Amino acid sequence: MADRSFSASRLPGFTATAIFVFIALYLPILMLVIGSFNGGESIGAWQGFTLSWFAKAWANDHVKDATIRSLVIASLAAVISTTVATMAAIATTRRRPFRGQTFIYLMINQPLMVPEIVTAVALLIFFASIKVATGYQGLGYLIAAHSAFCVPFAYLPIRARLEGMDLTLETAAADLYASPWLTFRRVTLPLLLPGIIAGMMLAFVTSLDDVVITLFVKSAGQDTLPTYMLAQVRRQISPEIYAISTVLLALTIVLLTLFFILTRKKD
Amino acid sequence: MTTDVAVEARNAVKAFGQGETAVRALDDVSIQIRKAEFFTLLGPSGCGKTTLLRLIAGFETPTSGQILLDGKDITNDPPNKRPVNTVFQSYALFPHLSVAQNIAFGLEMLGRPRAEITKTVERMLALVKLEAMAGRKTSQLSGGQQQRVALARALAPQPKVLLLDEPLSALDYKLRKEMQLELKRLQTETGITFIFVTHDQEEALTMSDRIAVMSAGHIQQIGGPREIYTRPVNRFVADFIGETNFLSGEAGEGRVTLASGDVVQVEGAEGRKGKVTVVIRPEQVRLAEAGAAETIPATVESLVYFGTDTHCHLRLKDGTEMVARLQSPASGEAGLQQGQSVGLRFAPGAARVLED
Repeated sequence: MADRSFSASRLPGFTATAIFVFIALYLPILMLVIGSFNGGESIGAWQGFTLSWFAKAWANDHVKDATIRSLVIASLAAVISTTVATMAAIATTRRRPFRGQTFIYLMINQPLMVPEIVTAVALLIFFASIKVATGYQGLGYLIAAHSAFCVPFAYLPIRARLEGMDLTLETAAADLYASPWLTFRRVTLPLLLPGIIAGMMLAFVTSLDDVVITLFVKSAGQDTLPTYMLAQVRRQISPEIYAISTVLLALTIVLLTLFFILTRKKD
Repeated sequence: MTTDVAVEARNAVKAFGQGETAVRALDDVSIQIRKAEFFTLLGPSGCGKTTLLRLIAGFETPTSGQILLDGKDITNDPPNKRPVNTVFQSYALFPHLSVAQNIAFGLEMLGRPRAEITKTVERMLALVKLEAMAGRKTSQLSGGQQQRVALARALAPQPKVLLLDEPLSALDYKLRKEMQLELKRLQTETGITFIFVTHDQEEALTMSDRIAVMSAGHIQQIGGPREIYTRPVNRFVADFIGETNFLSGEAGEGRVTLASGDVVQVEGAEGRKGKVTVVIRPEQVRLAEAGAAETIPATVESLVYFGTDTHCHLRLKDGTEMVARLQSPASGEAGLQQGQSVGLRFAPGAARVLED
């Protein structure tokens, strides 16, 4: 029997459009990954398989420094933003709806909507005055900036998880003599944990990948991996950069896969 | 104050919303529930029964009025400070804990010693016959088993009162019947006061020591199952509990003249005058030959076979419709035909008069 319900796959040009979009999305990335294993320096010609670019990048002290700095910033930013986001998500879901709730959502998600360059310039001016006043030049500015713009990325999966949770469970815990704090620790938190981990990974990946705000906020000698790569690419494109990109890509794929496994609905 | 009262509500009012749009889910309800009693709050959805239960559990605070437990005012105590436990309609089992950990939860929160918790959990598992399931995740259990875990979890801390919020509504018919008996057994064995909320009148009649019938935020009648069924105080109660025939008539001289012109002797007619409603249960209507002495003439409209019973729909002279429930004979044939003329009479003492 013919299924007459609407199906997008029967629209004219569906297959061609889908193939084109996938090529546009993934062909450049595929070429980059291939290039990182290419024996020659040109992306155009294959000159045999090699891991030497990875070795070269690994041995480069600038790359090492930038990587460590990126990981430190991303880890701290992920932890801080997830803590803030968890508190915000609980505060916005575990209470009666209030006037101005939508406004609060917008405030929390502000970094998703305000153009990044605006935030970057604002932070540059703001931090500059603090630098003058205190003389502090350390990584704290980058960590603070990253923590702030990562909040919505951590907030969204945590809030989704909280909203999907049966409120009766917390009522039941209270009924069984659990104080509000114990209810949170023994029931809400364990059930929320997959959401928190997912939010933390999303925040980590977002921080790891940031260029615009980092460029504006960083002091001299504070290159993260992306800003270092940008600086290198301006001079000459080396397959070493492809290799670093491939590693970053692999790391992101692993984290995002874990993210999807954790946020998947159990049915 | 009598000492056998477990829970008392005094002029409890619960309004939701504010100003003109406020809805009074409970409107000045006062009730006393005795110790070791199986008490049922019965009514249609929106009658306030669940709201009253939530006030007793502490999930809501009354807009005005008081809730007392063992004579002590607990109106403003949070739920975790009340020696009262709840079996939720959705069971609300903790999905991240095993069956045994679910049952132990309340005892752990009370800070009981480990050895005592282990012993109590074992006893509870035996009580609800789930010894083999102790280590399972609750999601691996059937609906009936989850129900038993919810019961065991609520009973484990030995509350003074157990609240049950329509706990059987998610079960299929056979399991529900089984659980009704099971609940009654548990209540008798533990001697804990059970307050059971349901909209199912059959459930209420079979399990309860006393029933409060509620409607529109008010208590309509409180009494034992037999009292509620045989002596409903008003039309709502008579209509909500079981099936009923309502016949309008005029009272006078200790008798009632029905709209059809027939005169019947009815309990409660003495000393009444004016318009009344006569209530008679279908199973209390007896059929006889047409024209037999002291019968009301009627015509058989239709017959509906229900297995144990046959429902005979009748029409009186003036067009008033009635139902008689007849026990089906072994052959299944009631021996009646559509359109047949019959005489009907009420079983002695079965018909009652309600004020209009």
